[in-house]
Amino acid sequence: MAGPVLEMRSISKSFPGVQALSEVNLSVAHGEVHAVCGENGAGKSTLMKVLSGVHPHGSYEGEILFQGAPCAFKDIRASEQRGIVIIHQELALVPYLSIAENIFLGNEHASRGIISWNKTLTHATSLLRRVGLDESPHTRVADIGVGKQQLVEIAKALAKDVKLLILDEPTSALNGEDSRKLLDLTLELKAQGISCILISHKLDEIAQVADSVTILRDGRTIETIAVDADGISEDRIIRGMVGRDLEHRYPERTSEAGDVVFAVEGWTVQHPIDHQRKVVDGVSLHVRRGEIVGIAGLMGAGRTELAMSVFGRSYGRHTGGRVLLNGTEVRTRTVPEAIGHGLAYVTEDRGRLGLNLTEGISRNISLSALGKVSRRGWVSEHEENRVAESFRTSMRIKAPSVFAQTGKLSGGNQQKVVLSKWIFSEPDVLILDEPTRGIDIGAKAEIYTVIAELAAQGKAVLIISSELPELLGMCDRIYTMAEGRLTGEVDRADATQESLMRLMTVSAATQNEQV
Amino acid sequence: MAQTKTTDTTGTDLKTAPPAKPGGGGGLGPLLARALRGNIRQYGMLVALALIVAVFQIWTDGILLQPLNITNLIQQNSYILILAIGMMIVIIAGHIDLSVGSLAAFVGAAAAVMMVQHDVPWPLALAAALLIGAAAGAWQGFWIAYVGIPSFIVTLAGMLLFRGGTQIVLQGQSVAPFPKGFQEISSGFLPEVGPHTDYHNLTLLLGLSVLALAVLQEVRGRRQAARYGLEVLPLGFFLAKLGAIAAAVLVFTLLLASYHGFPIVLLILGVLLVAFGYLMRNSILGRHTYAIGGNEAAAKLSGVKGKRIVFLAFVNMGVLAALAGMVFAARLNAGTPQAGINFELEAIAAAFIGGASASGGVGTVLGAIIGGLVLGVLNNGMSLVGIGTDYQQVIKGLVLLAAVGFDVYNKRKAGS
Repeated sequence: MAGPVLEMRSISKSFPGVQALSEVNLSVAHGEVHAVCGENGAGKSTLMKVLSGVHPHGSYEGEILFQGAPCAFKDIRASEQRGIVIIHQELALVPYLSIAENIFLGNEHASRGIISWNKTLTHATSLLRRVGLDESPHTRVADIGVGKQQLVEIAKALAKDVKLLILDEPTSALNGEDSRKLLDLTLELKAQGISCILISHKLDEIAQVADSVTILRDGRTIETIAVDADGISEDRIIRGMVGRDLEHRYPERTSEAGDVVFAVEGWTVQHPIDHQRKVVDGVSLHVRRGEIVGIAGLMGAGRTELAMSVFGRSYGRHTGGRVLLNGTEVRTRTVPEAIGHGLAYVTEDRGRLGLNLTEGISRNISLSALGKVSRRGWVSEHEENRVAESFRTSMRIKAPSVFAQTGKLSGGNQQKVVLSKWIFSEPDVLILDEPTRGIDIGAKAEIYTVIAELAAQGKAVLIISSELPELLGMCDRIYTMAEGRLTGEVDRADATQESLMRLMTVSAATQNEQV
Repeated sequence: MAQTKTTDTTGTDLKTAPPAKPGGGGGLGPLLARALRGNIRQYGMLVALALIVAVFQIWTDGILLQPLNITNLIQQNSYILILAIGMMIVIIAGHIDLSVGSLAAFVGAAAAVMMVQHDVPWPLALAAALLIGAAAGAWQGFWIAYVGIPSFIVTLAGMLLFRGGTQIVLQGQSVAPFPKGFQEISSGFLPEVGPHTDYHNLTLLLGLSVLALAVLQEVRGRRQAARYGLEVLPLGFFLAKLGAIAAAVLVFTLLLASYHGFPIVLLILGVLLVAFGYLMRNSILGRHTYAIGGNEAAAKLSGVKGKRIVFLAFVNMGVLAALAGMVFAARLNAGTPQAGINFELEAIAAAFIGGASASGGVGTVLGAIIGGLVLGVLNNGMSLVGIGTDYQQVIKGLVLLAAVGFDVYNKRKAGS
């Protein structure tokens, strides 16, 4: 193998308030499969956006050398012209166009604006053969499965004369067989001289195809490991991925867990469109009164999907399992039912699913429990504002008044409004999904205190988080999930970042072997 | 990536609205500006309405605000205003209704056939008409809310359906005349009571009670705001505002009282305005409507029954369209196949001029009325000064575009 095809040197990129990348180095040799690993939020996607021109030249520091020449991409088109193609986790295909049309979308075989269908079809057929996809180029993309769609994406990349292919979590939506096919294809492409960057959480995949691994953590390069003949040490990768500093102070609390309040048994959920896929697969867990329980898992582990489907079947198609409150099975088929049984779900996506951004603080807080400030269907604004004002003070929501539009608040204050809304509904069980995502350290500490208080009041709290220190700092017990299944349950005393990460990166194949 | 979302810090919150001491040295300009910013479109439209009235009052040598013309203005626009109330609610819920003009015509035709050809007593026919409206609304609401067909499509279908239905029911003919009682809905006035004065007594009484209620409401609102430590207008300005309200109500009352008195249709409108205004602001149902329109996903995750809300909004629209159809038929004293053409467009324009947002979740019932009045006064004023209907349409189109454009511009400025 010759010298590096790609060198990224000292790449730094910051967003207002956040240093996403600092001094990251990445060097990909010609004709290798190079894996990039890291926790959620480690900077993998940002790095790839810098490389592909989504974050244009000038918006970051550092330099990129591709095939020895410096690059200054101003957009994706510019990077694609040089042969760098990124395939995102969320596929970018147009469902109602044919495979051939998709392959050449934006890159049509045409003269003077008129498409030559003969050229298009011949070329498409040869590309499909190259990626090993046995479908007619006339087939609509909507009519083939996700695995095949992934191959169409790669064919599309080949049509652009790709030299460096970036695959972002390519197998997260695929079943075992499709995953294997895809990984084999990367090896074939490698033999044809196409280099590949593979972003993946699955360590067995990496061991299978990668020639070297670069580990990112908190926007920094930790190390690059060459995979030699003996394979790769998973422990070493895990050690590199975790080990974030325990930067926050967590409230002191003594756990006095009581009886089991909330339990889920054998919960199984199918993907809303692709019914073949089990997004959540036979999950059973429980939370006691006054206990804080964590769910750890990487992207695509099915944590949010589990929570949302339990909370009024708000995600996917439920096919099995039951919810128990204080030992009795309850119906939580609709959100009002779930709320009625004392459940509350604080979403990870507060802008889209948590708040009405055009309304003020007061009306957002009262929304899920309007009945409490109303008499016979009529809202008492006086009472509503009083309640909102008391939350504004106790939660220290920084806003000029309870009428301030929530869309204009900072992330931390928005999160406090969402939390207030659900605390006001007086639930017995609170499911908090990434409760401190995207908020500053000061607000984080305040939210931790609130969570600890809720547990002290005897509520059962379930925290879904991608930040392992947060889970270790707050929880009494931690469940781990991977690919829709529960892969472990660890007491706080026994848990370390390494042991959790090991459970979070178990793949379905390995799970089956263990069973 | 999660981290990239943190685009602002806690510090910026306070910058947008620094705490100012009421009446302090902070300057009145900024305080007023802040007070206006929240409802800039509605205040803006109120000011625009006043300007338009002033311009035409001068241009028509005072004809615009003569008692006779005021009464005309109300009766001419009443059905559009009724539709605008319902349309505003549908738009707040995040939908649109293109069928209301046809539905109004259809219901008017059905009532006409009942009263004229089958001698059904008019109160019974009116009740039946409102029920037909509710049923039509439920029909459309079912497809929109429970089946999930976009409201634009369902109500476009309804527009054709009810227009065709009107022609079938009337067999292409106008059906007339109506009983006296029915005509009164649109052209009647409150009866004269008490001793003879130069003015219509009941109208004066009504005007004074409206004035008293309005002042009471303002004072209560101010006191409550002060209790929460919110900014309030300095006392002088507050009194000036009260004075302006009082003057407007009194002048309007005297104008009406010096002619035939209080039109019955204005009473209907007033009741609708107050009832729906209160419903949208202070009922759980109203709140849920704003929540569904503002962020449907978040509202559903908060336990709001979104489908039911949308369904009810369309049922309500159906009833109001029926009422508007009755008022229009009564005014025309006939059921005709041509009734209600373009009413839906006038109602939609009124709602948007009055502060609705195309994406839903924003708007007030009062706004719809103001928007409707802007259009109504423009119509009436331009007709009085002899501008042809061709140019009238051009001007109204530009006004709609300008009103919404102004709002979009303002939001962008506030957002940056």
